[in-house]
Amino acid sequence: MLKPNIGVIGRLGSVIFGFTVDTLAVAELEARKLQHDPTEVLTRAVQPALWLLIFGEVLAQIRAIPTGKIPYIDFMTPGILAQSVLFISIFYGIAVIWERDLGILHKMLASPAPRTALVLGKALSASERGLSQALIIYILAVLIGVHVDWNPISVLGVLIVVILGSALFSTFSLIIACIVRTRERFLGIGQLLTMPLFFASNAIYPISIMPHWLQAVSNVNPLTYQTDALRALMITGGASTFGIVADITALLGGIVALVAIAAKLYPRVV
Amino acid sequence: MMTTLQTKVIEERSEEGKPILETQSLTRRFGTLVAADNFSIQISPGEVFGLVGPNGAGKTTVIKMLTTLLAPTSGNAWVAGYDIVKHAAYVRRVIGYVPQLLSADGSLTGYENLLIFSKLYHIPRQERNTRIREGLAVMGLSDVANKMVHDYSGGMIRKLEIAESMLHRPKVLFLDEPTVGLDPIARNAVWDHVRKLREEYGTTILLTTHYMEEADTLCDRVAIMHLGKLAVVGSPTELKASVGPDATLDDVFVHYSGYEVDAVGNWREVSRTRRTARRLA
Repeated sequence: MLKPNIGVIGRLGSVIFGFTVDTLAVAELEARKLQHDPTEVLTRAVQPALWLLIFGEVLAQIRAIPTGKIPYIDFMTPGILAQSVLFISIFYGIAVIWERDLGILHKMLASPAPRTALVLGKALSASERGLSQALIIYILAVLIGVHVDWNPISVLGVLIVVILGSALFSTFSLIIACIVRTRERFLGIGQLLTMPLFFASNAIYPISIMPHWLQAVSNVNPLTYQTDALRALMITGGASTFGIVADITALLGGIVALVAIAAKLYPRVV
Repeated sequence: MMTTLQTKVIEERSEEGKPILETQSLTRRFGTLVAADNFSIQISPGEVFGLVGPNGAGKTTVIKMLTTLLAPTSGNAWVAGYDIVKHAAYVRRVIGYVPQLLSADGSLTGYENLLIFSKLYHIPRQERNTRIREGLAVMGLSDVANKMVHDYSGGMIRKLEIAESMLHRPKVLFLDEPTVGLDPIARNAVWDHVRKLREEYGTTILLTTHYMEEADTLCDRVAIMHLGKLAVVGSPTELKASVGPDATLDDVFVHYSGYEVDAVGNWREVSRTRRTARRLA
């Protein structure tokens, strides 16, 4: 266990390197699972397709929602991507309860990997699922004639925001899992949270048409910032209300805070 | 970050002749239940030590404390010289752990299961493949390395989990009910492999079991636990002799634990054991 004296910077470097290795190992586990069995990713395509093809097409006909210069279906597509990311991430905590009911979690927690790396690795695992949703929504968007911004920087931006959004909501989900500890209670709370988070956001209508109290809720809802950034990046003519930098800062800040809390609570789930 | 000097000081506890694992009055309460009660044992390097007792005796609680998953309410313990509370991160580096519950990931191949853990244990890239192949070979799993684990039999899964826990060559290996739910043939195979581990790597092994036969054939010494307390500790031969001629370890168990059927275990324990048994079957 004795190490040569490599100085503070060298030691910090090896800690960061080790942390990255651990985080990526946890994320790799999920990637390999998805590779073996991508069924879930495909079935997850159904819900956003319904929202875009039915809800979107119908609302676009009545022109009831002010969306500026862009068509309603263009306005809505980034919102549905944000929604898919939310839905896939908010139930991610159940995977941890499942791993606890098996013994996988015990073994992870008895390994030298720092708790923070385990939690961040789980967050990135959810991001992998989130990215699969981005692929599906891009395909749907092309099929229904949404004006997609294909600038590579914009597409890269969309992917980064999807990674951040999935990481944020999955870590939130992990915290709930650590608190409620059983699948039944978790499912109840998950159901309770998804729709309010979705409706109290700018995903399918602009904040400006909401009543004041709902605007207040919407402004502290991370989904709002995720949608805002996606709207500016994903479609031609899409504009951000808060500015992309502010959106990404809000998401990053949320992730840091939630990962710190989750790392404290994680051992409790055992 | 711990300084090099501190590392030296705490290393000294594990020098020659000292126990590799030691607990002093280790206690854990859950509300009013005392799951581990003033539990004190010493284990020498290279020993296979059995913790024996019925469901609910506190074996798993002791293992969870020693593997740093659960903080003790009071008392102390050292593993390879490291304090389980103050130096938990160091303890995690020198132990291997196979939980009672199924811990291999069914949706990956056997090789992939080992690969992920070889990364979590920071086994150097150039060594990973060799270690994994060796682990699979020692456990007799080379042929099924690239099959999905959900197609493995219960015995194969247990062996894979043991291979996984040995990747980083731990000084102390914890096996929590390693053969629960296995048929007699698979159980024998797991026993053979546990013996082999000790021969090949000199690993100290602490295992829990409620099968007396397992304790008798595998362990150098056994500690009998009852309701969180240590009832007696000794080699199987000593213990049997102390009870009387022709005594079996079952007799020893009844003698020292005052065990009564129906007095121990609870719904949660039973459902957990049955679930594990079903998954491994």
